[in-house]
Amino acid sequence: MASTSERILEVRDLVKHFPLTQGIVVKRQIGAIKAVDGVSFDLHKGETLGIVGESGCGKSTLAKVLMALERPTSGSVKINGRDIAHAKGGELKRMRRNIQMVMQDPYTSLNPRMTVGDIIGEPYEIHTEVAPKGDRRTKVQELLEVVGLNPDHINRYPHQFSGGQRQRIGIARGLALQPEIIVCDEPVSALDVSIQAQVINLLERLQNEFDLAYIFIAHDLSVVRHISDRVGVMYLGKFVELGKDTEIYDRPAHPYTQALLSAVPVPDPDGREQRERIILQGDPPSPANPPSGCRFRTRCWKAQEICAEEEPLLQIRPGTAHESACHFAETHDVVHVG
Amino acid sequence: MSNPTPPVGTGLPDTQTLVTEPTQAPERGGKKAKDGKPASLWTDAWYDLRRRPMFIISVIIIFVLLVMSFWPSLFTSIDPFNARSCDLSTARQGPSPGHLFGRDNLGCDLYSRTIYGARNSIIIGVFTTIVTTLVGSLLGIVAGYRGGAVDAVSSRFTEIFFAIPAILGALLIAATFRGKANSILLVIVALGVLGWPMTYRIMRAAVITAKSQDFVVAARALGAGAGRIMFRHLLPNSLAPVIVVATINLGGFIAAEAALSFLGVGVLSPDISWGLMIADARNRFLEAPLPLVFPAAFLCVTVLAFIMMGDAVRDALDPKLR
Repeated sequence: MASTSERILEVRDLVKHFPLTQGIVVKRQIGAIKAVDGVSFDLHKGETLGIVGESGCGKSTLAKVLMALERPTSGSVKINGRDIAHAKGGELKRMRRNIQMVMQDPYTSLNPRMTVGDIIGEPYEIHTEVAPKGDRRTKVQELLEVVGLNPDHINRYPHQFSGGQRQRIGIARGLALQPEIIVCDEPVSALDVSIQAQVINLLERLQNEFDLAYIFIAHDLSVVRHISDRVGVMYLGKFVELGKDTEIYDRPAHPYTQALLSAVPVPDPDGREQRERIILQGDPPSPANPPSGCRFRTRCWKAQEICAEEEPLLQIRPGTAHESACHFAETHDVVHVG
Repeated sequence: MSNPTPPVGTGLPDTQTLVTEPTQAPERGGKKAKDGKPASLWTDAWYDLRRRPMFIISVIIIFVLLVMSFWPSLFTSIDPFNARSCDLSTARQGPSPGHLFGRDNLGCDLYSRTIYGARNSIIIGVFTTIVTTLVGSLLGIVAGYRGGAVDAVSSRFTEIFFAIPAILGALLIAATFRGKANSILLVIVALGVLGWPMTYRIMRAAVITAKSQDFVVAARALGAGAGRIMFRHLLPNSLAPVIVVATINLGGFIAAEAALSFLGVGVLSPDISWGLMIADARNRFLEAPLPLVFPAAFLCVTVLAFIMMGDAVRDALDPKLR
C-alpha cells in the first residue's frame, strides 16, 4: 500500500559528524564522530519505517537531524519537496508543523512544572495560526480524549500520571499540530511490556485515523516488526539493509541483520535448542574511526579482502528482493530455522 | 441531615470523577477548573500559597514591617531625630513606662529608634536583594542556556566581581562616590555590584541541569524560541535554589550595611538603621545588652519572615510538593 501513495519525506546522503576537538583556548579539530554517515531513504504517506540497530549506531542522531534539532554536516531532508535541514527562521517554524516527535523517556520529556493542558496546548501557543485562542482548551481536551486520557485531567501535573499515561500525553503533544510525520524515538523502551502494547496499539490506531507516517526507532526487533511496513537496519551510522518488514525478518540478506535476528528471544522452549545462534565477536568499532570498506567486516564471518577495499553500496543484490549493503549478501532465514 | 446517600455513585469516587463535570472532580492541583479557567503553574501556586499558614504569617510580618518603614509615626509618638528626645543623663537606662525598650548609649529612646531604623534597613535589604537576584538570574539564565562563548565571557566577567572581597569592594565604591549620591542608593549599588555573582552562579548551574532534560528538546522540536524556552521551561525549573539564596542574602545585606556604617560609609548618624544601631551598641554590650538585642531581634524577625516566604513560594512552585 505504501509504495503507491505519495512520498512525503525524502532523505538523501545524510551525514552528521560531531567534531572532536583538542586544546583549551585554541580548539583544533582532531577528528569526528561519524554518527550518521550517508543515509538515504524515502517515507510515504501513512507508512511506518522502522529503524533498528544497537546502541550508538546513530539512530537517535538520525532522529534529531530529521527533526532539525541538529544541522546535518551534509545531505538533505526534504519534506514535501522542501529541505528542512537548511530551513531557517519562519520557514523552519512552519515546516515543524509537519514533522513532530515522540520522545523516549516520558519522565523527562514533560515539563514537571506545567499542567497537562499547558503542555499539550503549547504547540498552539507557538503556532498561533493553528487554533484561535478561544478554541485551544477544547482542542486540548479533544486530544486527551483521542489518546485515551480523561479530558477532565487537563489541570493535572505530569507527576500525577503513570509512565504509560505520560507517554500518551507526549503523543497528544505531537499530534496537536496535525503533522504528517511523527518521529518516534524509542517511544516504548521506557515502559512495561504490558503498557508497551497499549501504546503501540494507540500509535497504530492514530496512524489509521490521521493518516500519519511514522519513523519508528527502536532496538526491540519484535516491536519494530509489529508496527513497521518497512525496516531499515543501521550499523555504525549507515543502513546495512532496507526493505519490507517481511523481507527483512524472513529473508535477511546482510550478515549483521542475521546476527541481530538470531538474538531475538524465542518464547518456545522446543525450537530454542536447535535454533541457530550467530554470536558476534568483539564490540562495534568506534564511530570516530570506522573500518575501511565495509564497516561490519571486523566482526563478519564472511569477510574477504574485497570487504576492506571496497565499500558495499546499499542496493538490490542478486538473489535478494530488497536493498542490502554486503558483497556476499544471501538470504538466510535465521528465525525459522529448526 | 436526613438526606440518604444514593446507593450507587458516591461509593465509587473514582468513577464519579470520570462522569461528572470537571468542577466536581477532586483535582489536587487546580481548583481553577471552575468557569473554564485553565490552571497554570502560577495560578495554582497562588491558590496553594493562600492556604499555607507559613506564607500568611510571613506576609503579615512583612506587611507590618513595610508599614513601619513608610509610616513610623504610626507606631511611636517620639521623634528620634529631635535632639531633645535624648538625654545623656539617662543613658543605658532599662525599660520604663514611655520608653518600652529603654534608652541607648546617648540616652535616646530605643523603641522609637528601632522603629525609625526599619526604613533604611529594609529598603537596603529588599532592594539589594531584588537588584542582585534580577541581574544574577537574568545573566545566569542566558549564560546557562546559550553556553559556549556567551557563557565563557560572562563567567569570566563574573569572576572578576567574585574575586573582590565584598566588604572591601563595597567600601571602595561607597567611599569613591560618597556625597555624589544618596547614601542609601550608594549602599544598594555598592552591595548590589558585588552581590550578584553568587546568584548568577546558582542560576547558571540550575539552568545547565534543566537544559539537558528532554522537555527542552521537545519544546525546540515544537519550534519554541529562545525566550519561551528560557522563561517558560528553564526559569520555573531553576528558580528554587535562587529563591533560597535570595532570602538568605537579604539578611546578609542588612548586616553588610551595618558593617559599612561601622566603617564610616553608608548610613551615617544622625540617620538611623538597624545595622548602625547594632554597631553603636557593640562596645557597651556587656553593660547594656538591650540596645543591641532589640535591633538585632527586629533584624532576625525580618530575615526570618523573608526566608519563610521564600520557602513557601519555592514549595508552591513545585507541583510535587503540593
